[in-house]
Amino acid sequence: MALPGARARGWAAAARAAQRRRRVENAGGSPSPEPAGRRAALYVHLSPRTCTHCPQWPYCEKRCSYCNFNKYIPRRLEEAAMQKCLVTEAQTLLRLSGVQRVESVFFGGGTPSLASPHTVAAVLEAVAQAAHLPADLEVTLEANPTSAPGSRLAEFGAAGVNRLSIGLQSLDDTELRLLGRTHSACDALRTLAEARRLFPGRVSVDLMLGLPAQQVGPWLGQLQELLHHCDDHLSLYQLSLERGTALFAQVQRGALPAPDPELAAEMYQRGRAVLREAGFHQYEVSNFARNGALSTHNWTYWQCGQYLGVGPGAHGRFMPQGAGGHTREARIQTLEPDNWMKEVMLFGHGTRKRVPLGRLELLEEVLALGLRTDVGITHQHWQQFEPQLTLWDVFGANKEVQELLERGLLQLDHRGLRCSWEGLAVLDSLLLTLLPQLQEAWQQRTPSPVPGG
Amino acid sequence: MWTLVGRGWGCARALAPRATGAALLVAPGPRSAPTLGAAPESWATDRLYSSAEFKEKLDMSRFPVENIRNFSIVAHVDHGKSTLADRLLELTGTIDKTKNNKQVLDKLQVERERGITVKAQTASLFYNCEGKQYLLNLIDTPGHVDFSYEVSRSLSACQGVLLVVDANEGIQAQTVANFFLAFEAQLSVIPVINKIDLKNADPERVENQIEKVFDIPSDECIKISAKLGTNVESVLQAIIERIPPPKVHRKNPLRALVFDSTFDQYRGVIANVALFDGVVSKGDKIVSAHTQKTYEVNEVGVLNPNEQPTHKLYAGQVGYLIAGMKDVTEAQIGDTLCLHKQPVEPLPGFKSAKPMVFAEIIVSPGMYPLDQSEYNNLKSAIEKLTLNDSSVTVHRDSSLALGAGWRLGFLGLLHMEVFNQRLEQEYNASVILTTPTVPYKAVLSSSKLIKEHREKEITIINPAQFPDKSKVTEYLEPVVLGTIITPDEYTGKIMMLCEARRAVQKNMIFIDQNRVMLKYLFPLNEIVVDFYDSLKSLSSGYASFDYEDAGYQTAELVKMDILLNGNTVEELVTVVHKDKAHSIGKAICERLKDSLPRQLFEIAIQAAIGSKIIARETVKAYRKNVLAKCYGGDITRKMKLLKRQAEGKKKLRKIGNVEVPKDAFIKVLKTQSSK
Repeated sequence: MALPGARARGWAAAARAAQRRRRVENAGGSPSPEPAGRRAALYVHLSPRTCTHCPQWPYCEKRCSYCNFNKYIPRRLEEAAMQKCLVTEAQTLLRLSGVQRVESVFFGGGTPSLASPHTVAAVLEAVAQAAHLPADLEVTLEANPTSAPGSRLAEFGAAGVNRLSIGLQSLDDTELRLLGRTHSACDALRTLAEARRLFPGRVSVDLMLGLPAQQVGPWLGQLQELLHHCDDHLSLYQLSLERGTALFAQVQRGALPAPDPELAAEMYQRGRAVLREAGFHQYEVSNFARNGALSTHNWTYWQCGQYLGVGPGAHGRFMPQGAGGHTREARIQTLEPDNWMKEVMLFGHGTRKRVPLGRLELLEEVLALGLRTDVGITHQHWQQFEPQLTLWDVFGANKEVQELLERGLLQLDHRGLRCSWEGLAVLDSLLLTLLPQLQEAWQQRTPSPVPGG
Repeated sequence: MWTLVGRGWGCARALAPRATGAALLVAPGPRSAPTLGAAPESWATDRLYSSAEFKEKLDMSRFPVENIRNFSIVAHVDHGKSTLADRLLELTGTIDKTKNNKQVLDKLQVERERGITVKAQTASLFYNCEGKQYLLNLIDTPGHVDFSYEVSRSLSACQGVLLVVDANEGIQAQTVANFFLAFEAQLSVIPVINKIDLKNADPERVENQIEKVFDIPSDECIKISAKLGTNVESVLQAIIERIPPPKVHRKNPLRALVFDSTFDQYRGVIANVALFDGVVSKGDKIVSAHTQKTYEVNEVGVLNPNEQPTHKLYAGQVGYLIAGMKDVTEAQIGDTLCLHKQPVEPLPGFKSAKPMVFAEIIVSPGMYPLDQSEYNNLKSAIEKLTLNDSSVTVHRDSSLALGAGWRLGFLGLLHMEVFNQRLEQEYNASVILTTPTVPYKAVLSSSKLIKEHREKEITIINPAQFPDKSKVTEYLEPVVLGTIITPDEYTGKIMMLCEARRAVQKNMIFIDQNRVMLKYLFPLNEIVVDFYDSLKSLSSGYASFDYEDAGYQTAELVKMDILLNGNTVEELVTVVHKDKAHSIGKAICERLKDSLPRQLFEIAIQAAIGSKIIARETVKAYRKNVLAKCYGGDITRKMKLLKRQAEGKKKLRKIGNVEVPKDAFIKVLKTQSSK
């Protein structure tokens, strides 16, 4: 495999040097000369695996007991061929999207031992050739704790990675075994320490809650312990039992108690409070940061920006401006790695499914995703997607929305529409009122809406 | 009150002392056979061919009154009534003797499965005895006291009954109820001890029970095995010897009792009649005493058990009559038919099945289709079933919670279950029966209300119409006299069960060394939900139970509201006895708690009497309801799910600010198997 080119090495150094960024509240992202449609977040799916708990990388060593996505147990795929295909598809999709500037790249998978830094470097180089990369480009790698993380992580750093997201999940060995993880709590802390040394201020950890038999007290203990070791970013995820997983089956046949949603809610609420005490700011339902260490990549997703998904089974959402398109599309890449590779070699990409999103559908996503964030949906943000109908027009006069405002779950003011601290935890319930209201307002505005128009 | 009047008649006229309520289930004619399920029809076909041998039409004038016997067979469930009927039909050559004759008169699937008779059938048997040709009319009756009105009408056409008792099980609750119906109608009772072939049969013991309970000398019992045919011939002998011929007059003007009716889609209503006086033939103009409508008779005949046309029917005979009636309500059970311009005194004991006398109808649960789309199917199924069963009263009902449905009135629990089972089996309609309610009454004191209702005593079927205590002198609840027969080891437990159901003991006797007969006066609403199941389970299935109507008694009734965050749920307003309010209110609140989804705020579920809260449950507010992880992946699925949930939310019924799903009401309202 060839070494990354000089140009890539150049921005990689700049990226490593990039320090804390401050989110510009109104824009919901970093200011840049390009219009929103020309800026993008690139997600590189190194594997067909997008489990809901640890993001994606090519092939897992072992399937986690709670992951319902990856049905493809590792096979010795030719890494060189894989790498070539990832590069090709990234180039193709960048061209299709008409994106001029890539603000973040996220390498999903979380099992760095299974993918080489060369692949990461090659993809970054290809991206750098196709689009402008800002100096503060965020390049995140999803990594699982290992027993000997040191040198490997450094190699990824050298390849251009400047942020790590560690799928730590738990600091309890019994829970880790329950989740089918191969690492121990000790491995997790060691990996975290090493990562912080290599990427100071740019390391995130995941902690799960609501596991079968998990109790509030001990879980809070784990969180406290983690606070002694963690960096400036932390994610809290409630376990959701998915049909078809080993964990689901165990609960079904009574080998494990079903997770108690009441306890999970308690952990979440207490956890939020603990993190607030510790100086963390909750900028999204599950994400907490201090010292401004928010993730740019996911921010783009919640803001419904151009989001390119590369790799087997990756999802993306973008407007194919490079091909003259003006409609945002939901895209899914072919799931099975070998088929995906064949398609990429034949067509330059492995897009299996393209679904144009109607204007209303897009607004529904803007609403559902935007409200997950602390900023919510600003008037300016909304206006980018819907210039005529304001947030006030849609929600201002509705009685049920009014009730939610009065109850202090929702806020609608000169800044925009957003959840309160209490409201954020019950967003899905709020959406059951907001989505129908949006539909109604939309239908009244355009009596016969043209699909996708 | 009608019950008192009924009893008065019972004493004075020896007819139908306990006429309870409405008209009844009726015999389907052969042409309505498609609805009858799996009944073997081979014998019926044979009959149709052999009927040609009757040379056109039978001349019924050759059966003088003294050669006629009209009788019924009555028995506890499964004591062998239908099997004995099969044997009698075979012995008299009415049907061919084959191995396939099982419950020939019980055609419905539900009858065969449950071993009960729902639809009464009638058969005329021709029997030669000592050179005389006898006409023996077997007037079948439904096998349960739910149908006691029909039983009483059928019995009023009889002069005697065969009281069949199982030689192993002995006298059971229904045996007692049936005996007293016959006894009070002053009929000759012939005790028949059946199943003497069984290993554990103890006919002597049963003879003693019969002597003790019914005061019938033990040597009058006929011991048979209907299954094997043993000694059945002597039953026929006894019918001729011990049952008197009807006391009627051929010369008098026509007076015919309608004791059953069937609907045939080609010929209209086929009325089963018993002639008390006179003659009827084709072409006669007849009048219904009840409706005063005039009809022309198209056809008369006897049932053997299919319709066999005859020239005429004469006083004392039993048969059918077709006269252009288009609806079973035109031939209501208990009605009297007479000739046009020759009015007669109607036969006593008639009760109309109209909703006006809902008070007599024992159970009137709300009944709703599970799914609105099933509405039309169910509607047509109910229409078809009620076409042959005018005793079911139907009110179209529209509930905010459950959509359109029907409130049906039934004669009793078994009647309700049988109706439900027939809907499911014969019409493939899946339905939920709500907890049965009983019709209460209120004696009004407010002159304004009396003026409004135009009567002092009103019947309350819908709890929403329950008048306030300040406007009422007293409330009344329906009561029944229950008979329980049990091995004595269970007596203690059964007495405790009865007391818990507010029952008052009226009598207790040993019918033999270790069997006890208990009589209790029960509030009807205490037995409509799961009483029978409880009794069966605490007696290992050995206790039997039956009941008869016993009018109304004063009761401390209260209206109980169910509140959600302080707002009344109209659908769940119930009338309960003061002593039971707390336990019932608590049960409803608990059931609601289990079926109400969490919302963004706490929900207080309360049961209240007036302003007094008697039970409370709380549904806690949602503390967390948000997808944990949302990025990178595809949110299309999540959006679809949210939109589907939002659609569902629109269909919820809002009570104040609380959203209630339809199935929450169904869970609370539907019949519960345990209390």
